[in-house]
Amino acid sequence: MRELALHLLDVAQNALEAGATRLAIEIEEDLAADRLTISVVDNGRGMDAELLAKVRDPFTTTRTTRRVGLGIPLLTAAAERCNGKVEIASQPGQGTAVMATFQHSHIDRAPLGDVAGTLVTAILAKPELELTYRHRVGEREFVFSAAELREQLGDVPLNLGPVIQWVREYLSENIAALYETDETNASPTSNVESQDE
Amino acid sequence: MPKVKSLEDLNKLRQQAQQDLKVREKAGTQIIIGMGTCGIAAGARETLHAILDELARRELAANVTTVGCIGMCTEEPLVDIVQPGQDRITYGHLTADRVARLVEEHLVNGRVVREWVVGQIAPSGN
Repeated sequence: MRELALHLLDVAQNALEAGATRLAIEIEEDLAADRLTISVVDNGRGMDAELLAKVRDPFTTTRTTRRVGLGIPLLTAAAERCNGKVEIASQPGQGTAVMATFQHSHIDRAPLGDVAGTLVTAILAKPELELTYRHRVGEREFVFSAAELREQLGDVPLNLGPVIQWVREYLSENIAALYETDETNASPTSNVESQDE
Repeated sequence: MPKVKSLEDLNKLRQQAQQDLKVREKAGTQIIIGMGTCGIAAGARETLHAILDELARRELAANVTTVGCIGMCTEEPLVDIVQPGQDRITYGHLTADRVARLVEEHLVNGRVVREWVVGQIAPSGN
């Protein structure tokens, strides 16, 4: 997969298929430690120790009963290529937590890609999902909660055309703002032209 | 620098959206996109967003949702269109570049795009 956001979507989709009603996604870009961490925590049906032990095996498919096929092995390979790893903790009936780490500056690390597109896809997959998203880049942070949107929207569902388009732009803009350099935030007075000629 | 959208802007959308909701309930078109590992790797997320864009451009109402892997991984991205009283049509290899034609032919003109069909199921109850 060409983007980490696509791996993220895959893990999120697994969570939904495991019956999750709550999904907490976090991306932390710790530039000082040169580390990128993606974590996905769900309250789905979880996995027992036996399945958890087999989940990295690409030939384990539990498609009809629970979760995971080729997705976790692909993510693990992507993380390990970049001096990182994938950790999975799960408890039957409690949920599953997947955490992938990468060396942020590693040449083989795929770009994060369209995270907003991934989040919107998860919302469309399950509009009533309690989705939270936290993204940190150095000192900056963006926090999103689907519940907050629903509060504003009342009885209008999140998956309605114009609403979901708005959500996508809202997410893209706020995530892009995390990467803005200081020059673009420069004070507007710096553009004032001198009037004394 | 453009102002970043805030949650307050969402209120303005609400009234317009309520109107939309009525139209959609009447139209009852469902578009379902396969979003398993296979679908995602084949570009299903881009297909989904192309569909959203095309619906918005043409001001069409439809319920867009996703489903996991259904086993036809080699045909991904898979897109199903379900309309009341019509056969359920499954399209294969429905990449983002095919979306404009799909929406125009199937949703606007009501004609199935035969060459892309990989499955067809009669509506239940017939």
